[in-house]
Amino acid sequence: MSDFFNSGWSTFIAIATVGSLVACLALLVIASRRTPMAKDNTTGHVWDQDLVELNNPLPRWWMVLFVLTVVCGGAYVFLYPGLGSSAGTLNWTSTGQYEAEQKKANDAMAAVYARYVAQPAEVLAKDAGAMGIGERLFVNNCAACHGSDARGSKGFPNLTDSDWLYGGSLEAIKETIAKGRTGNMPPMAAAVGSSTDVGNLAHYVLSLSGSPHNAIQANEGRAKFAACAACHGVGGRGNPALGAPNLADKVWLHGWGEDAIVSIVNKGKVNVMPAHDSRLTPGQIHVLGAYVWSLSHGSGTSP
Amino acid sequence: MSSNPSRVIPIAAAEAASGIEGEGGWLFEKQKKIYPRSVTGTFAKWRWAMVWLTQIMFYGLPWLQWNDRQAVLFDLAARRFYIFGLVLHPQDLVYLAALLIISAYLLFLFTAVAGRLWCGFSCPQTVYTEIFLWVERRFEGDRIARMRLDAAPWSFEKLWRKGGKQAAWIGIGLWTGFTLVGYFTPVKVLWGEAFTMSFGPWEWFWVLFYGFATYGNAGYLREQVCTYMCPYARFQSAMFDRDTLIVSYDPQRGEPRGSRGRKVDPRAKGLGDCIDCGLCVQVCPTGIDIRNGLQYQCISCASCVDVCNEVMDKMNYERGLIRFATQNGLSNRWSSGQTLKRVLRPRVLVYSGVLALICIGFVVSLALRSPFRVDVVRDRGALARLVDDGAVENVYRLQVMNATEATQRYRVSLDGLDGAAISSRADFEVGAAEARWWPVSVQVPHGVARSLGAGAHAIRFRIERLAHGEDGAAVVDEKSTFVVPR
Repeated sequence: MSDFFNSGWSTFIAIATVGSLVACLALLVIASRRTPMAKDNTTGHVWDQDLVELNNPLPRWWMVLFVLTVVCGGAYVFLYPGLGSSAGTLNWTSTGQYEAEQKKANDAMAAVYARYVAQPAEVLAKDAGAMGIGERLFVNNCAACHGSDARGSKGFPNLTDSDWLYGGSLEAIKETIAKGRTGNMPPMAAAVGSSTDVGNLAHYVLSLSGSPHNAIQANEGRAKFAACAACHGVGGRGNPALGAPNLADKVWLHGWGEDAIVSIVNKGKVNVMPAHDSRLTPGQIHVLGAYVWSLSHGSGTSP
Repeated sequence: MSSNPSRVIPIAAAEAASGIEGEGGWLFEKQKKIYPRSVTGTFAKWRWAMVWLTQIMFYGLPWLQWNDRQAVLFDLAARRFYIFGLVLHPQDLVYLAALLIISAYLLFLFTAVAGRLWCGFSCPQTVYTEIFLWVERRFEGDRIARMRLDAAPWSFEKLWRKGGKQAAWIGIGLWTGFTLVGYFTPVKVLWGEAFTMSFGPWEWFWVLFYGFATYGNAGYLREQVCTYMCPYARFQSAMFDRDTLIVSYDPQRGEPRGSRGRKVDPRAKGLGDCIDCGLCVQVCPTGIDIRNGLQYQCISCASCVDVCNEVMDKMNYERGLIRFATQNGLSNRWSSGQTLKRVLRPRVLVYSGVLALICIGFVVSLALRSPFRVDVVRDRGALARLVDDGAVENVYRLQVMNATEATQRYRVSLDGLDGAAISSRADFEVGAAEARWWPVSVQVPHGVARSLGAGAHAIRFRIERLAHGEDGAAVVDEKSTFVVPR
């Protein structure tokens, strides 16, 4: 792996590195020659009429250590990436070290997770140790979107209520975490009709959950809901198999009111939950899933 | 600065480093082995007292227990330092800084008053060298015997003496390394591991490395550490002045030196008090002759003071030909009382004052330390969100660090923003010596948010530790902001 824009630089740096090491040794050899000393063990140099330099030699072990540092420097550039773009004989990379450390940490935790993986959500939700791990995993991996309190925000589902787009069982939650989800609401304006029709439809949708709406407009829009019923169901109760939201409850993931609904019908929405199976181990996903499950099942330890 | 304008530093001709004199010298020299002669006396007693004091502490502390745990344990993995009743978190690093400042000022103070006291009496290098020398004397005898043994050809006797010494040295080194690691890994666990030789890789490294460093520094390098490696040795001379007590030979009393009988009156022979027995050179652990004046190798161990006083007693001369004296004291022929009057000079008073201030600050701050810490972190994912009926909600994460060794209950309340209310669970537990992230959601009703207007508004979190058992209630206030979106 070379990160120079041409190989000349790599060679230049390699030569400079080796040259410096050789120069260090050369300096030692040049500087440790026997030098003539005056009778009184001074170098014979005199400054300011009377200031003379006493010969005060360094200890020999110091010289040995100096040579050792040069040897270590040579060994380093031989073993590690040091000479320009050479990879070194150990093939060490920072990524490789990171992965090794990660593997070590996962191996150290394997025994803990092995015990938890065998247990269902109901048991784990009562286990303070497991919930502590889940809480920390959540804060590190999920809270950025879903909020520290897991109540989400616009576009990011609330995980503490009982309204689940894909089902609220531990298995469904684990699949969501591991594989991610892509919720696709296509733009439906063409299928619904004019902008008046879309407005009427919005009032009908509001009426499904008993939210404030115009009854006349809602009646007008009722027929237009046929286009929506394919995914959201005839009663607008949603479909966990598709991740189609329930329109008959008071949870409004993408905003509440006529304008928000009109906007979604006109423009559609692709909402993505990223997959985490490359970042988390199966054991971590199990414990994290159990923690998320516990949030909507009122366990004593979670917020 | 100086009162006499032309100060001449006498240079005594030392022997050339190697080779034939006048012809030239290597700029590197082999270590000359020094055979310090054993010494008894006041200062030797002090040094042994310091050896016992420091080493009983070092080797003994890890074995003390405190509430079913090791009394002094630096748990790096959990990032908690346990020191008797204290539990320190990484956030308490300021106490380490204070400790280092206190140590530095203590060094300044001692050095200004009495030169390299630390070096001569309590530096680990000195202390372990003293221990290793004692072992060496037990196996090989004193100075002359050791020199003879080194010069002698290999024999069974030489083998067992040298071998016994090496075994004892290695044993002390390993025990020292083991003890050091015992401050970081619970020593009783380590003791069990030692029997099955099942240390972890880092434990092995530190036991062996620190053991080897002890063995090498105290057994072989000895004075080389002080002369060539130690930075403190170099810059302590910057804290000397003419009123600093240093080990000094009194040339006006001692010169001209020369041997004489005990019955002879030296003044009649025109001699000073120094009988030129050379014992002060033989006992010196750095191999210098103190009679040439203060040299940078001198570590102020006062061995020469002890041995010279013995000689003076035998000769029935007054003690103190070599003594702790100041430059001013020597040149003005002051008595020790007059010399000691100068100890309380401005520099010493300033050092003591600063030291006292920092010590008081350190102790007071530790005593008033809150039993828990709180950090408030706003959620960055969404600044604010609208919930049902138009209320504005912000989410915060409270990191609560429990600095006690029992599980504690806490309750959060709000202050400084009228109408704000917590809409999540406000009471929670944090385990012993643990830190926990606790999410808190704060809601402001629609009307209040409208009257506040868009932007960030100051809000205060008040976290209260609920009293239970012997732990009383405690309160920590933390500031944050509440954001109302446009």
